[in-house]
This record gives sequence, structure tokens and C-alpha cells, in this order.
Amino acid sequence: MEPRLKMVAIGLSLALMILIVELVRRRRLREEYSWLWLLTGAVIFVLTVWFDVLVWISALIGAKAPASTLFFFGVLFSMVISLYFSVRISALTDQVKNLTQELAILSSQVVIERSPSNAADS
Amino acid sequence: MSTNGAGRVLVIIPAYNEEPTVARVIAGARQHAPQADVVVVDDGSTDRTAEVARAAGATVISHPINLGDGAARQTGFKYAFRRGYERVVQLDGDGQHDPACIPDLLAALRPGVADVVIGSRFLEDKGYKAQPVRRVGMILFSAIASLVTGQRITDPTSGYRAMTREVVSLYVTDAYPQHYPDADVLITSHFAGFRIIEVPVRMFQNVTGKSIHSGWRPAYYVFKMLLSIFVNLLRKRPRRREDGRWNLG
Repeated sequence: MEPRLKMVAIGLSLALMILIVELVRRRRLREEYSWLWLLTGAVIFVLTVWFDVLVWISALIGAKAPASTLFFFGVLFSMVISLYFSVRISALTDQVKNLTQELAILSSQVVIERSPSNAADS
Repeated sequence: MSTNGAGRVLVIIPAYNEEPTVARVIAGARQHAPQADVVVVDDGSTDRTAEVARAAGATVISHPINLGDGAARQTGFKYAFRRGYERVVQLDGDGQHDPACIPDLLAALRPGVADVVIGSRFLEDKGYKAQPVRRVGMILFSAIASLVTGQRITDPTSGYRAMTREVVSLYVTDAYPQHYPDADVLITSHFAGFRIIEVPVRMFQNVTGKSIHSGWRPAYYVFKMLLSIFVNLLRKRPRRREDGRWNLG
């Protein structure tokens, strides 16, 4: 692999990992969402530094250039992260729906209790 | 205002911006089912649906945000389930469903024999004419629902239904869809061991001129329904536990 490309890959993967850790430190990113990103950065870093593994994997998946393997894994991880987010959004959507329903049912009862016909009792 | 629904009937009317029609539907429900309580689930309407419904004598549950047709119905089911209602009728707030048919649906309801009663506009010719495109979709889902349930279902997309408390206990779970609950809900109910029957009802078409079936939505609707039915076939069948809760597949 071109030394220049190697430098870029190492630099970017390190920057990604530092950014993720910093976001977690500032509580802008929750730990449960950080691990896939850290894994992505770590895998790119390891493959770049440990070139033999990259060559071996390239031969395994039939990639001609090791750099292609690197970017292939980058794209693959991005897709996995997107899918993971879709799953999380689905769960969140259900939670929002259930919470909204609870809130609506509860507040309908509050309105009843405060309605003028009942106010005389209280 | 009844707070204890034991042995009683709840009429659920989901309504999203139905200010012009909802009062008439409530009045019809109160006239034809005087023994029933009426609850309107206002799904985040931007007009005066909630005020009009309250003035017409219904209990109103308002979603602070718009959640979708299925979620509105489900809010009604959750309310019914907690309040102990034994039987539930759902009809649309847009005036499409004739409240005069409520007694017919309730009369047909028998736990273990007819747990879900669908008000069908096609069982007898009551003058309902759908547009050709909708007609094709209705025939498709009628064929699928009939095939899966092993019985003739003429109107699986009808939102005019009655059901027992046991069915409601399934509909309060996440097995009930947030959007477009119709043919797939029947299939879920069938797999859960409930018996479905149809009774003829009268429906009016396009009362307010608006429909969920416009623009790109019919295509999405067909896709969602086919996928939903397909994954239902792949799932384990819902089983009711001893404590009355459900193990969903």
C-alpha cells in the first residue's frame, strides 16, 4: 500500500476514534451507540498497520488491491451502523407511541376530574 | 360518565381532523347503542375535533401528536381494556360507517364462536361502489385473508368491527400495527385462535372527500400489508398465557 494512503487511513481512523471518545466524554453520544463506531475505527486502524492481515483478507474475498479491502470494510461497517440505527429508531418509535398513548389516556382522566361537574366535590 | 366498564360496551371512534362529521357519528352511536359508552380518540387533530366530540357527549382522549390510524384505535383498546369493558365496537369518525349497524355487530358477537365481527360492505349489496383501483386492492386482500384464514372474508379492509375483551387483550400489545390496521390484524387474530365472522353493513363513500388512499399511499399500503401478512406467516402463533397476557411470535 502507498505510504501516503497508509498515513491517511491511520490518521482518519485515529481521528474517528478520538472524536467518538470525545463525544462520549461530553455526553453528546451515549456509550451504547459508540461501540460500533469505535469498532469501525479500530478495524481500519489494525488492517492498515498490520498489512499482512489486509493482504490475507484481500486474497480471501478476492480483492485485487488491499486499499479496496479497507474501503470495502469501511462501507460495510457504515451499512451495519445504518441498519442498527433503523432498528433502534423502530424501537424508539414504539416507545414514543406507547408513551403518547399513556399520556393521552392519563390526561383524559385529569380533564374529567377537573371538569366543572366534579369541581364542586373537591 | 361511567368509570367501571364491567359487562359493558365501548364504542371507539378514532378521529383525525373530523370536526365536520364526528358529532353526527357520536350522536348516531348514542342513539343506536344507548347502553354503550362512547370514546373518541383524537389523533392529534389540528381542528376542533376534540371540543366538538366532547360537546357531543363523548369521552375524548387526545394524542398530543399525530400517531397514525392504528395507534388511535389501539389507544381506545388500551382504555377499554383497563376499564374492563367486555365488548368493543370501532367505527370511523369520518361518517363512512352507519352507526345504525352497531346493534347488528354486537348481536353477532359471541366469545369462542364469533370473537371478531367485521362489518362488511360486500356481504350483501348495500349500494357501496369503490373506485376500480381500490376495488382491485380489496379483491386482492380479500383473497389473501380468505386463503390464510380458511374462510370467506369479503371485506378485510373494513374498519367497522366489534370484538370481545379477549381480542382486545391481544390488540393492546405491540402485535397491533401503528398504521393501516386491517387485513393483517385479522390474520393475527386468526392465528391467535379467535373466530372471525362478517355481518353486512351499510357504508357511505367519501363522505368528506378525503381518504388515506391517495397519492403514493396506495402503493405503500399494498406493500406494507403484503409484508406484514408475509412475516405473520413466518412468526410463531401468538399464545395466551395463564395470566391473560400474550406470548407474541
